[in-house]
Amino acid sequence: METVSKNKQTTSSSALRIKRGLAVGFPIMLGYIPIAITYGVLAKQAGLSLTELTLMSVLVFAGASQFMGANMIALGAGAVEIIIATFVLNFRHFVMSLSFMNRLRTVDLKWKIPLSLGLTDETFAVSSLHPKEAKEDKGFLFYSALTLIAYLSWVVGSFLGGVLGEVIPEKLSQSMGIALYAMFIGLLIPSVKKELRVGFIAIIAMLINVICLQFMSSGWAIVAGTVLGGLSGLFILKEERA
Amino acid sequence: MILLIIIGMSVVTMLPRVIPTFIVDKLQFKDWVNRWLNAIPYAALGALIFPGILSVNADKPHIGLVGGLVAVILAYIGLNVIFVVIGAIVSVFLLTML
Repeated sequence: METVSKNKQTTSSSALRIKRGLAVGFPIMLGYIPIAITYGVLAKQAGLSLTELTLMSVLVFAGASQFMGANMIALGAGAVEIIIATFVLNFRHFVMSLSFMNRLRTVDLKWKIPLSLGLTDETFAVSSLHPKEAKEDKGFLFYSALTLIAYLSWVVGSFLGGVLGEVIPEKLSQSMGIALYAMFIGLLIPSVKKELRVGFIAIIAMLINVICLQFMSSGWAIVAGTVLGGLSGLFILKEERA
Repeated sequence: MILLIIIGMSVVTMLPRVIPTFIVDKLQFKDWVNRWLNAIPYAALGALIFPGILSVNADKPHIGLVGGLVAVILAYIGLNVIFVVIGAIVSVFLLTML
């Protein structure tokens, strides 16, 4: 009898984690779908087939790199050139993954590997600002749910863009371009309200990014802003934070 | 050829994401490294927001800036992220219509 009720409890707490993950991942979906559709449209115009452009979303799952990749394919750039540019643009995920995986130390490797592969700027930002779940039982289900909803919206959106072409009026799709930035702001502000010093870290990272953009590619500039901005945290956040 | 490019892109995006999983599994970090890694999300958000937000409308950088300010205000008054996103989209849409 006791085991039955205990089983029930685990199922319901698992369901709860998944539900919370989907809810928290919903804004990512809102931001991804229009951008993915735009990617699909552009990639089609760049000469990729529907299968190729969808496959790229399935295998690469990195917005900025895919836009750039499609663009470079259209311009007739070489494979090596495109692959190196992708690496540079996405290297920031190394730093982000290091930070996120360090929080998930207690989670099983077999869950951490797919979670790391689903890491994007957006899934990282949302996951990191919900650190509490990393310590909870079955917390990985929360992160998996939010990563999966982001992944599926990206893949489905790309496919739709490839099929439907210009479905969204340009003015609307352009306005959608603010969505992910607004989400980043919506994630950052509550943390700043809780602890003002966190805002200084973000502002230092912005400034470093701006300075580095003068003499390096945007990919490396974001890496520099993230790494050095994070280092400023050593002086700004004195004590160990949970 | 395109397939080869896609596979190459896949490999170079997967490696930076997955390698830290094994690093963290094998190593214990010193206290300052942990603190650095805990500050990374805020730094990443900063670097991702600015100056990228200015390119929402490449010809009119102020549009992204206004959209960002609307997002700051909506987030500050405590709205859920979804409404922050919708509010910013609507304000940018209205600005482009003007």
